Amino acid sequence: MADSVDQIFVHAKQWLMSPLEGHIPDCLIQIVSSLLNIAAVLGVFLTLFALMSVLERKILGRMQNRYGPNRVGPFGLFQPVADGIKMLIKEDIVPARADKVVHFMAPILIAAAAILVLGVIPYGRNMTPFVIDGGILFFFAVGSTTELAVFMAGWGSNNKFSLLGAMRAIAQMISYELPLIITVLPVVMVVGSLNPDKIVFAQESYHFGFVPHWFVLTPWGATAFILFFVSGLVESNRTPFDVPEGESEIVAGHMTEYSGFKYATFFLAEYLGMFAVSGLAVTLFLGGWHAPLPGLGFVPSYVWFFAKLSVLLFGFIWIRGTLPRIRVDHMMNFAWKFMLPMAFTCLVSAAVWHYSGRRLSGWLWSFAIIAVVYFALSLLLDARRKFTPRTYRFAE
Amino acid sequence: MMSPFLFWIFAILMLVFGAAVIINRNPVASALSLVVSFFGLAALFLSLDAYFIGVIQVLVYAGAIMVLFLFIIMLLDLRAEELRKINWIASAGGIAVALALMFQIFSVVEKFPAAKQSFPPLAKPAPDDVRQIGLLLFNNYTLPFQIIGIVILVATVGVIILSRRETR
Repeated sequence: MADSVDQIFVHAKQWLMSPLEGHIPDCLIQIVSSLLNIAAVLGVFLTLFALMSVLERKILGRMQNRYGPNRVGPFGLFQPVADGIKMLIKEDIVPARADKVVHFMAPILIAAAAILVLGVIPYGRNMTPFVIDGGILFFFAVGSTTELAVFMAGWGSNNKFSLLGAMRAIAQMISYELPLIITVLPVVMVVGSLNPDKIVFAQESYHFGFVPHWFVLTPWGATAFILFFVSGLVESNRTPFDVPEGESEIVAGHMTEYSGFKYATFFLAEYLGMFAVSGLAVTLFLGGWHAPLPGLGFVPSYVWFFAKLSVLLFGFIWIRGTLPRIRVDHMMNFAWKFMLPMAFTCLVSAAVWHYSGRRLSGWLWSFAIIAVVYFALSLLLDARRKFTPRTYRFAE
Repeated sequence: MMSPFLFWIFAILMLVFGAAVIINRNPVASALSLVVSFFGLAALFLSLDAYFIGVIQVLVYAGAIMVLFLFIIMLLDLRAEELRKINWIASAGGIAVALALMFQIFSVVEKFPAAKQSFPPLAKPAPDDVRQIGLLLFNNYTLPFQIIGIVILVATVGVIILSRRETR
């Protein structure tokens, strides 16, 4: 019974495909199968986007001691519908001096990249939409085209705020892409595969019968998970790293000259990117769709995946409600002086853990390595010792 | 394997946008055409079951190197290229030389007997090409791999030294 509930979507797809078998050629069956997967991913994540946009405003409202949206539908749940209609009927303004083609292509490219990366994440047992051997690599390859789309938006708008925003966005995305990718490397190294399914399977059983084999429960895994989550915050341009669209400084960054549905597409891409990064974090560090305790295997695997995903998404909202925006130079220093060395330390620490037989001694050794590097870095980068009278270079 | 139909689509896409790189007068449009051309090339690699190289093509060229190109174009603001007039005599000469070269290559290949034999079919592709490339890189070609790493490190350090000279 539990098994059939777990595989209900896989069976549903097989049932939908069964009338086609034998009637149409094999290559068409593959195309229909891919289209079904695409439709499922789009349906689930567009619904999640709508839910997330209203829940985020509700939770932020709760944190700031106000109600949040509560006019449209029960508890304001139909707010995304109203927002969507508003966005669709707004006038689409293209600046006269803009590069029309580039200005038009940018939102399409950014949304396409955000949707493509969702395809390689395993959502449940046998529920990976597209199984690619180098799935993790594919994720980052497609994700890196986002920078191109941001550049196109900034340059094509022919507006100084757009260009400044695009430059900030690209600078921070390139800087934080390094820690993002390097924190994935220890997991890839320990599992020995770039395939997301194999990474999930490697975290399957339990220590002592109840502690799951998730990588987040090892010292290097916990460090890598935190670094990955922070880099993910930057990559999806969320507070406290939303410098590219800092309203108080540069209007809305690369989205300044976009209005109506094109602006909504950027908004959508930002949220889909957030889902993708959280989904990858769940896959890599939080055991994918595995249950946290051995007795809970009867709950379908996709429920566990989306439960973990929503915990991470709540983290995103919580951070947005708590932290102020960080300064650009501080953010860059943080990436290059702290995140990158820590990411490399995770790599070394994971190797020590792996080659000492994945036992308690290895656990302690890898913890010691990370602790030493962390305290060394915090001593080296300590800014408190350097309080000096402030000198102004140009404003004496 | 992909069907020949898709091969033609991506090959034509690649060639058309490759030509657009040269024909466009606007440097940013050229650079963006180059990106599309790279995507076509990546798709051709995928059609040969070389997934790793195809994905790396997108990651390195379309992702990293093109962003660098675009940044430089943007910082230099190359308006002069757009305003430059086309020298019709020079372009006619260039096209003539290119056509003559192409004709010669074709005529030589026609007479070459080895060009007429059919190739044996490709070996069945390995499902784990990433692993195989990794094994080759770290077993047979470790020294060249590390030398490339050092060369890149030297280049990085050199760039930093060159760009920091003003501040001293």
